[in-house]
Amino acid sequence: MIYLELLIGFLEVGLFSFGGGYASIPLIRDVILRYGWMDEEMLTYMVAVSESTPGPIMVNLATYVGSTRAGLVGAFIATTAVVTPAFIIVILLTALFTKAAGNPYFKAILGGLIPCIIGIITATGIYTIVAQCFAIDDGMRPDIKMIGLSAVLALIYFASRKVKKGGISPITLIIISAVFGVLIGNFHNL
Amino acid sequence: MKDRSLKKSLELFITFAKIGLFTFGGGYAMISIIDRICAEEKRWITHEEMMDITVMAESTPGPVAINCSTFVGYRQQGLRGALFATFGMILPSFVIIFLLSCVFDSFLSIPWVKNAFTGIKAAVGILIVDAGIKLFKQMEKKPLQIILLITSLIAMLVINIFSLNISSVTLMLSAAFVSLCFYALKRVIKGKERSS
Repeated sequence: MIYLELLIGFLEVGLFSFGGGYASIPLIRDVILRYGWMDEEMLTYMVAVSESTPGPIMVNLATYVGSTRAGLVGAFIATTAVVTPAFIIVILLTALFTKAAGNPYFKAILGGLIPCIIGIITATGIYTIVAQCFAIDDGMRPDIKMIGLSAVLALIYFASRKVKKGGISPITLIIISAVFGVLIGNFHNL
Repeated sequence: MKDRSLKKSLELFITFAKIGLFTFGGGYAMISIIDRICAEEKRWITHEEMMDITVMAESTPGPVAINCSTFVGYRQQGLRGALFATFGMILPSFVIIFLLSCVFDSFLSIPWVKNAFTGIKAAVGILIVDAGIKLFKQMEKKPLQIILLITSLIAMLVINIFSLNISSVTLMLSAAFVSLCFYALKRVIKGKERSS
């Protein structure tokens, strides 16, 4: 039952992903890989596509997975599922417990959740980079091309903050990386 | 007095559809745009309320943009406003991604596109690590928080590398539980000190 799977999977994403944006990627990755909706490589592509198209990343990924797995109905179910928990919780909080944010037990729960989420995000990022630069299934065989590219991109991204306040935007980095990708690919074919 | 008219509902829908159409990347990038449009231009909410919703968005699950649009819509027109605003927020990306999903596979089979995505792959990892670093800078840095962060980071790396069947939700719930226990313990100890 693909519709039911999409519903349950994306309700889980919507219910447990705090912070939005990239913070939700580890959990989406978890769910997508568990159900086998996409492979690791396709998921990385889609993260970039979601970043470069308007709208929340979570909504974009839900729409894409739903659509490729089960067409328009699938896209509708996945997208609705991913936003419903946030919708209900915000309304309940606004209507009923505006003071909940000040509750010390609530704060204690967040005090545990937030550092854990930051750890999970950073680990996912590190793993994504390492898995591209070294073949983990193949005795950590290094991929020189990807190591070089990752190093150059990281340098450009972080060094740009020294030159300009805020540095270059994620979309600019994605465009630069795409240009490098095309150049390296053509160079490879010569 | 709340404006209950359908015209206002449509205005909420169109405004958030515009925000949804022109903000890339989601998350915190959206907050500054929502603040500019809803607080400064439309005066639907105050800057203080915008701060509240930012905190709320951080501490509630779901996309930050959805949290914000639901909140603003609800403040303006109750449940109907929340529905119109949130639907407006989702619609543009839904249409764009749906159309894209129909052609993406054949698009990827073009050699230079495939090469471009090989490059993009390298950028995505860097962006995710950067998101972690940015959040860390804002985090309250108490010893328990640092320990939980490092433990989660190592646990998640181990789970990924050895493809263990443990969900990140399990890690999150455990961390929340540990933090809650510590807080309860601290309260008990303080209570005893006071009574003795």
